[in-house]
Amino acid sequence: MRNSFAKKITELSSVDDQIVLLAGDIGNRLFDNFKNQNPKKFFNCGVAEQNMIGVSAGLAQQGFLPFVYTIAPFCTSRCFEQIRIDVCYHNVPVTIVAVGAGLSYANLGPTHHSFEDIAILRTLPNMRILCPADPDEVDACLELAVAEPKPTYIRLGKKGEPRIHERSIDRDELVSTIRLRKGKEICLISTGTLLKETLECSKILSQYGYDASVCSVPQVKPFPSKIIEEIFTEYQTIAVFEEHSIIGGFSAAVAEFIIDNQLNTSKLLRFGINDEFHIKSGSQSYARQALGLRSQTFANRILKVISGSEHENTCSNFGSNQTAIST
Amino acid sequence: MCTNPKCVRGSDLQKIANQTRLKIIEMSHAAKSAHLGSCLSCVDILVSLYHHVLNIDPSRYRAAERDIFILSKGHAAMGLYAVLAKRGFFSEEFLNTYNIDGGLLSEHPPARGVPGVEAATGSLGHGLSLACGQALALKMKDKKNRVFCLISDGEVNEGAIWEAAMFASANRLSNLVVFLDWNKWQATQRSDDVLNTTSHKDKWLSFGWDVECIDGHDFEEILHSVKNPSGRPKMIIADTMKGRGVSFMEDDNNWHYRIPTSEEVSAAKLELAG
Repeated sequence: MRNSFAKKITELSSVDDQIVLLAGDIGNRLFDNFKNQNPKKFFNCGVAEQNMIGVSAGLAQQGFLPFVYTIAPFCTSRCFEQIRIDVCYHNVPVTIVAVGAGLSYANLGPTHHSFEDIAILRTLPNMRILCPADPDEVDACLELAVAEPKPTYIRLGKKGEPRIHERSIDRDELVSTIRLRKGKEICLISTGTLLKETLECSKILSQYGYDASVCSVPQVKPFPSKIIEEIFTEYQTIAVFEEHSIIGGFSAAVAEFIIDNQLNTSKLLRFGINDEFHIKSGSQSYARQALGLRSQTFANRILKVISGSEHENTCSNFGSNQTAIST
Repeated sequence: MCTNPKCVRGSDLQKIANQTRLKIIEMSHAAKSAHLGSCLSCVDILVSLYHHVLNIDPSRYRAAERDIFILSKGHAAMGLYAVLAKRGFFSEEFLNTYNIDGGLLSEHPPARGVPGVEAATGSLGHGLSLACGQALALKMKDKKNRVFCLISDGEVNEGAIWEAAMFASANRLSNLVVFLDWNKWQATQRSDDVLNTTSHKDKWLSFGWDVECIDGHDFEEILHSVKNPSGRPKMIIADTMKGRGVSFMEDDNNWHYRIPTSEEVSAAKLELAG
């Protein structure tokens, strides 16, 4: 996804001369084309993320469209107050592009994991949060950020993610939902990097005779109320997937929404990362396996719930995510 | 020479500064609002900027060609509001709405709604980065506007200040002029005793800034210090006194939080009228 970002931002900068790119001393060679095309519009701000966000807000106050790029925890939790005050309170069109969603940088250890970024940024007024699932969604997110400028967070994985949609995505699709599979009774909703595992999960369910719909919902905030309401009206069982803490992320936003709007007549299953640091070394693939972010694990739990062998009525916030809200 | 036809001569600035100090003291009393000492130490800098240095037009306060001033020490908001009113950005009556329920003039400058306020500040260490961004933008646009910023000597405790110090120097932001209000006190203690901030000049010089030390209550020195373009960002270390201008407030850090009684307002009035 980061290569898609570098390519797309370079492309967009050729038609919009307000675009400037700031990076926190990462992306060696990644932005060579951007720099060649815009030698005076790229700034390596050093390992100084608080200042980088403040500077980007100042640039935006003067009419530029700054894109700020670094590793997820360093452009979110590290400089949260600058995002809160300099960007969101002033309501200036700074786009923060984070690389390393969830466990993308599993090998680098918990300092480089990012499970809480959606949760903390979701509390900020004026903030738009976009979690693309593949390179085509990345392109659409960037088009949206330029076409409708406002404080924006774009949560990338890392590099080499496969194309899932295999078609270009219109930016209008981002703000509702992108349906990949039409089924009935069960709807699987994914935001961001777990879309492929979610699709795999639907295939496993079909082997057991269950026909599930699969939707990608890239825009977490503003919350896609209309489509979520439609989904809860149409389906009996809804599962939400994200490579993020089970606390405060997209699935938590869905839970808040259905409770606040009395839509809790369907079963909601939330899949994310439990409330603990993942301290074991190893790859993203290993980490996902260890933390239960695998299609087979997803399917097992869904099958258990819909077959009625499990009757839960508690939220899965703490401890196990092998539970469901059943109402 | 100043090209602004409305600019005030140095000799008249003292009179405006005295009126501004009195207005701030009255606001603090009426609104029961703290940070009086911190406001009084930077009044002469604010008055010099708004009545002589800045290229601004209150009737066109969003004009593209204006100079930018960011009060990074946002707790001196009463000082900024009083100066903006005096300069004509809004009426003196509007100052009576300071800190009232439902008003626009809060105890730290807000992001919108008050003409002349360029940035919301109050959490320390933010304004200098915003100023860097605006200065960089103006340089990219090849504009002549300058960006001014005022920070406090307690504020340099914040790490973000030093991130900005490196950024401004690395990007040769020659259109950025920063005043450090060196009043030698922070909220609870002498600044030197909190985090050893004695060597301001050496620190900023070593970060690659053009540094000048002045008497922050001497109008001639203030006005002279903002000239002298060097091709680098400029740090003016203004030697000031907390509570300056009222004998019983000067260098007494109780006035960081204390609210003046009506008797004290009257006593201050007598001194400032003299």
